[in-house]
Amino acid sequence: MKNKSMSNSELIQYKSEVKDLSFYYGEFNALRNIDMVLHDKQITALIGPSGCGKSTFLRCFNRMHDLYPGNRYQGEIILHPDDVNILSENVDPIEVRMRISMVFQKPNPFPKSIYENVAYGLRVRGIKQRAILDEKVEAALRNAALWDEVKDRIHELAFNLSGGQQQRMCIARALATDPEILLFDEPTSALDPIATASIEELITDLKNKVTILIVTHNMQQAARVSDYTAYMYLGELIEFDVTDTIFIKPKNKQTEDYITGRFG
Amino acid sequence: MAVRSHSNSKKAGKLGYSFRRHLHERFIEMLLFVSALVSVVIMIAIVAMLVKESYVFFQHVSILDFLTDKQWTPLFDDAHYGILPLVSGTLVSSLIALVVALPLGTIIAIYLSEFAPFTVREIAKPFLELLGGIPTIVYGYFALLFVTPLLQIIFPELPGFNLLSAGLVMGIMIIPYVSSMTEDAMRAVPMNIREGSYAMGATRFQTAIRVVMPAAFSGIAAAYILGISRAVGETMVVAIAAGMQPNLTWNPMEPAATITAYIVQVSLGDLPHGSIGYQTIFAAGLTLLLITLAFNIIGHILRKRYREIY
Amino acid sequence: MKTDKKLEEIRAIIAHHKRWDLIFLVTGILALMIAVLTFVALFSHMLVDGAPRLTWSFFTSFPSRHAESAGILSAWVGTTLVMIVTALSAVPLGIGAGVYLEEYAPKNLFTEIIEINVTNLAGVPSIIYGLLALGLFVHQLSLGHSILAAGLALALLILPIVILATREAIRSIPISIREGSYALGATKWQTVSDHILPYSAPGILTGVIIGLARAIGETAPIITIGALTFIAFLPPSPVQEEFPYLSFEWLMAPFTVMPIQMFNWVSRPEEEFQFNAAAAGLVLVVMTLAMNGLAIYLRYRMRKKIKW
Repeated sequence: MKNKSMSNSELIQYKSEVKDLSFYYGEFNALRNIDMVLHDKQITALIGPSGCGKSTFLRCFNRMHDLYPGNRYQGEIILHPDDVNILSENVDPIEVRMRISMVFQKPNPFPKSIYENVAYGLRVRGIKQRAILDEKVEAALRNAALWDEVKDRIHELAFNLSGGQQQRMCIARALATDPEILLFDEPTSALDPIATASIEELITDLKNKVTILIVTHNMQQAARVSDYTAYMYLGELIEFDVTDTIFIKPKNKQTEDYITGRFG
Repeated sequence: MAVRSHSNSKKAGKLGYSFRRHLHERFIEMLLFVSALVSVVIMIAIVAMLVKESYVFFQHVSILDFLTDKQWTPLFDDAHYGILPLVSGTLVSSLIALVVALPLGTIIAIYLSEFAPFTVREIAKPFLELLGGIPTIVYGYFALLFVTPLLQIIFPELPGFNLLSAGLVMGIMIIPYVSSMTEDAMRAVPMNIREGSYAMGATRFQTAIRVVMPAAFSGIAAAYILGISRAVGETMVVAIAAGMQPNLTWNPMEPAATITAYIVQVSLGDLPHGSIGYQTIFAAGLTLLLITLAFNIIGHILRKRYREIY
Repeated sequence: MKTDKKLEEIRAIIAHHKRWDLIFLVTGILALMIAVLTFVALFSHMLVDGAPRLTWSFFTSFPSRHAESAGILSAWVGTTLVMIVTALSAVPLGIGAGVYLEEYAPKNLFTEIIEINVTNLAGVPSIIYGLLALGLFVHQLSLGHSILAAGLALALLILPIVILATREAIRSIPISIREGSYALGATKWQTVSDHILPYSAPGILTGVIIGLARAIGETAPIITIGALTFIAFLPPSPVQEEFPYLSFEWLMAPFTVMPIQMFNWVSRPEEEFQFNAAAAGLVLVVMTLAMNGLAIYLRYRMRKKIKW
């Protein structure tokens, strides 16, 4: 029922395929047997009531769970085009994180200048040449629609930016390293409506440039920005389909209840 | 509150504004206030006592002599009152201590805060705390009777009393102090900042050096400064292991007295209250207080700042 | 899209950076080992030198000209009595000040001065407290080189520790506890004495134990008040057979304490006395380690038990 029906109908390239993924926090089984795909250069949204495991699922993609002891993955997340299972023991989580960037729930600027924040990922990769850094930082800030606002104070502390600007800077930071997938973990939940609108617009603009997976608790947001939507509940993937289908004609009763507000 | 007569409502009397209860509460508050005030009184008493005795001292000795004379021989017939030899001893021993304590303390802090597995941290932290609780006199004994003989194997000409051994042991003594405050500062950096760095593909070391340490900068600086102040004020290790002879030297292989060791040396003798020798220790104490106070104030301002950021 | 070449580059960079991770990991463990080894060296050196001297008579003998027959009787009795004075004066004052600063103090300049002052006092070198005690207690108040003067000097020294521990313990009690008490009609003092103090007692106790452990080992302030003398007798007993049964003569008695006795022996050139110093050092280290260990254990248990 899940994704196979669609892969036949359209000739779409998958950026990533999730196969029978389960995840454990110690003894607690947080994700159960998830199968899903990420379409290349498309936006996929994860929705569901809080505690359903959508953030846990997202953080599997760049192996953030490896930072804490006692966490365990089962199953595979295959990254194309080189068909590598990024959850494999043999794959270095750092390599995964260099290919897949993430933007967090709350803006988390480093205590550095705007420039150094955006350049951080490049410096971590050992790039030292000023010209390359300058060029990439500017490009990333332009892509994040922040360049015009900050170009005159790029060497000031990032803390001085507004919340929305900080979050856009974090997006620029994630973009600067040309990631293959960009993960968003409820990126607007700490922002006011105006800043939220600008972030949403930015995410839509990024489509066709990078594959995006976004967790949101806001169904309207998922409907507005995403091409595909997955509904999760209690660690399971209930339904995954084209966004319009999910919101207009969900196949599953549970999804329908959630979408129409009879639940959650 | 409505005014009612006593006869018609006992209840209202209880609920009403009780003068006695108010008095009782005020009395306790005053008592507690006075306890809090004691700390201020102590500080004032310290400063007053040191200034009072030093004032008499400085009527005998000019401040210029005190600061520039290169000899400190207040108990000799040919008395000189130059604080420089004591300051040099203090500086050299403190410097050695800091060369040991700051790097090692920082490395341990980074290791415990960013690298060590949970169990190692749970064992190492209380262990370091215990190490910091060992009396300084024991460290003095250790410096004189263990470290100095050990150093004499490497440097055969090293005298029995020397600044090197005292400084090294003092450094090890201060490690727990520096490492625990540095670690506290680093652990106060919120996890989401660390995650931001890891999510960019940074390693633990890169995250620690490039993100966590800059974020904890003022806290780490405070730890260093309080460590310095601790080294400058340390008494027993230097008094036992570095000797008590004032000696204007920058050579760690020589014996020399620090400001604190001099106070100990004078206290060991029986100087009459009110003599100039008695007053010298207060002048020395005032110098010490001013140095440590300056460091402490800077340290606390820095610490307050990092608490405010997060 | 990444080419294989670019992936290889990334892998090379990661390998390079991971080397640094490993180098630091080893450095960190080495640094920790230095601390551990120092402790092992310190303890074993004292054990080798001092353990043979740790006989029963070492605890029941007075100091003596003859190293073999010298003991620490007057020293440990002195330490006990001095600690009684210290605890009785510093604990009520420290708790009172801590309660005032956390529960009563208005937010104004004066409160801030008190707060800054307490943190500053904690950083004043211990020998400075000795100078204050020398000028104030020994001479101005004419207490002489007595147990009272020494106990008060050490009380000044640990006062900031008790105050800071009290404040920290009180601060960890959630505001809802206070509101619950006020909602039942309790006054401020009732709230403090019925709720705040009992709930923060373990935390305060931890601070008091750490403070006293520090005071037991302090040498410099006691030397400064001029207490380094040959004491081969005990202070008058606090308990008497005749009415009024209690005597406070001991407060004014001359005394010696453990660290002073150790210092005395360390400064002797004869090796035999240094064995005595090692033995006294062992007793001192075991005492302070036990007290600090108890404090750490209490705090650990508290953290496990209480979850607000």
